[in-house]
Amino acid sequence: MARVTIETVDHVARLAHLSLTDEERQTFARQLDEVLAYAESIQALDTRDVEPMSHAGGSEVLRDDTPLPELPREQALAAAPDADGGLYRVPRVIGG
Amino acid sequence: MSSLTELSASEIARRVSAREVSAEEVARAHLDRIAAIDGALGAFLHVAGERALTMARRVDAGLAARASPPPLAGVPVAIKDVLDIEGLPTTCGSRILDGYRPPFTATAVSRLEAAGAVVLGKTNMDEFAMGSSTENSAFRPTRNPWARDRVPGGSSGGSAAAVAAGMAPAALGSDTGGSIRQPAALCGVVGLKPTYGRVSRYGLVAFASSLDQVGPLARTVEDVARVAAALCGWDPRDATSAKSEPTDFAAGLEAGAASPGLRVGVPWRFLAGGVDEGVMTAFGRALEDLRAAGAELVDVDLPHLPYAIATYYIVATAEASSNLARYDGVRYGLRAGAGDLRRMYGETRDRGFGLEVKRRIVLGTFVLSSGYYDAYYLRAQKVRTLIRRDFERAFAACDVIATPTSPVPAFRFGEKTADPLQMYLADIFTVPANLAGIPGLSLPCGFTQGLPVGLQLVGRPFDEATLLRAGHAYQTVTSHHRARPPL
Repeated sequence: MARVTIETVDHVARLAHLSLTDEERQTFARQLDEVLAYAESIQALDTRDVEPMSHAGGSEVLRDDTPLPELPREQALAAAPDADGGLYRVPRVIGG
Repeated sequence: MSSLTELSASEIARRVSAREVSAEEVARAHLDRIAAIDGALGAFLHVAGERALTMARRVDAGLAARASPPPLAGVPVAIKDVLDIEGLPTTCGSRILDGYRPPFTATAVSRLEAAGAVVLGKTNMDEFAMGSSTENSAFRPTRNPWARDRVPGGSSGGSAAAVAAGMAPAALGSDTGGSIRQPAALCGVVGLKPTYGRVSRYGLVAFASSLDQVGPLARTVEDVARVAAALCGWDPRDATSAKSEPTDFAAGLEAGAASPGLRVGVPWRFLAGGVDEGVMTAFGRALEDLRAAGAELVDVDLPHLPYAIATYYIVATAEASSNLARYDGVRYGLRAGAGDLRRMYGETRDRGFGLEVKRRIVLGTFVLSSGYYDAYYLRAQKVRTLIRRDFERAFAACDVIATPTSPVPAFRFGEKTADPLQMYLADIFTVPANLAGIPGLSLPCGFTQGLPVGLQLVGRPFDEATLLRAGHAYQTVTSHHRARPPL
């Protein structure tokens, strides 16, 4: 069974774009290890030939592809922490 | 309570429709009560007083102008702060959305307003609906109206406390693993989690998309039925919303008042152990009362329920880690950290998210990560199928299944925060309905040591009508729902 170490937490935090404090890293490693040890019970079940249930709804999800009015650009940008010229502004991504 | 705040939603709608009282007077009475007592309870994060009075006057003007009154004419409602209302703040109990005002309104809220309801404000909740006590709100604790040193349950703790304390006759909550039913139980009110797909999730901030469902809380089953009838319906803006026929739940209640022939399944094996003694006593009496009302009790077996919590905390955190990736400091809410993009993401999310949210993102990212996906996430989805099949089999022998809503009554602040697993285990009776996608109703069934106890009934998919009829039948032979907290 998987054991959660501080290295596991660091790896996962990187994947999730989370900066964690040292205290959080240590607490999470211990607590996630406990939660996963508890969740280990499901490994004992026989799930051969069982279809995974990815959602609880029906399958009627198709609709006509009809264009509808969209949120105006100014309104969409109104909540942005930093916007300029009709665009979101972010720190430099490429080069530097 | 002043008299208007004592009235049920149904009675308010009747009086406002008959123009015996104006929607504005009703709204004012509830806003006054909020101003008088919410300082001590903390149910609301945002009270929208001016907006409420404007909307109430609009309802009054509409009634003066047309013949047929809307079904919820003048009924004040409190809205959990997970549902968007254009122009009002949505925080979801999180710092990361502090200051955010959405440019649209959730379908659930629009439907209530179209039915004549008047929104009073937004209620407190566990951050991103993750929690069972409302202690994970980034802003304030909400106190249980029955015992202020105890939690109201969660995550819809603000909505449950507001209804219990007479600040609103009805409220909306959201339920991913019990977040409507458990606080309803702990605060002594009625709460319904509808079938997955019954209520549109458009404008509901996503936690775990395959489990989330919006539903009503109120002080009687009749009121819950009335609000649910306005709430349910297909919405083209939510691809998972079901094309079910609109149902007048309230009109069907009387038909089953004596519930003759109603078969109530009880999973005795699953209930053995781990349930508070006082809760078990109240539950046992509730079963006797149901029998006295004409129901037949049947023993049912749901062999995979002991795996429900493990399955739930894998599925829910996996979906949450994906849904919460959108909080990146770019499009809305908080932005922290300068320099490069990675640092901006990391610092924004570190400062914006609370401990429980980070814990669940880490767990959810782990169970989806390379090398663990099959062992955890895929396997949990398969166990989810087994749990759904358990219910399908059980419903061949009964019409509803009864359990306590929560294994314990309201606990003290801080009692479960140190050990997340203990907090998760408190959801043992509520998460199965979310995993199976079926409806669940919680209603007051007595007290233990002065604290309310909830009876949960779950039913077949899209058969809210039977649940509500059974619940109403129970309330016609009992009076637990008429008890009010000492305020």
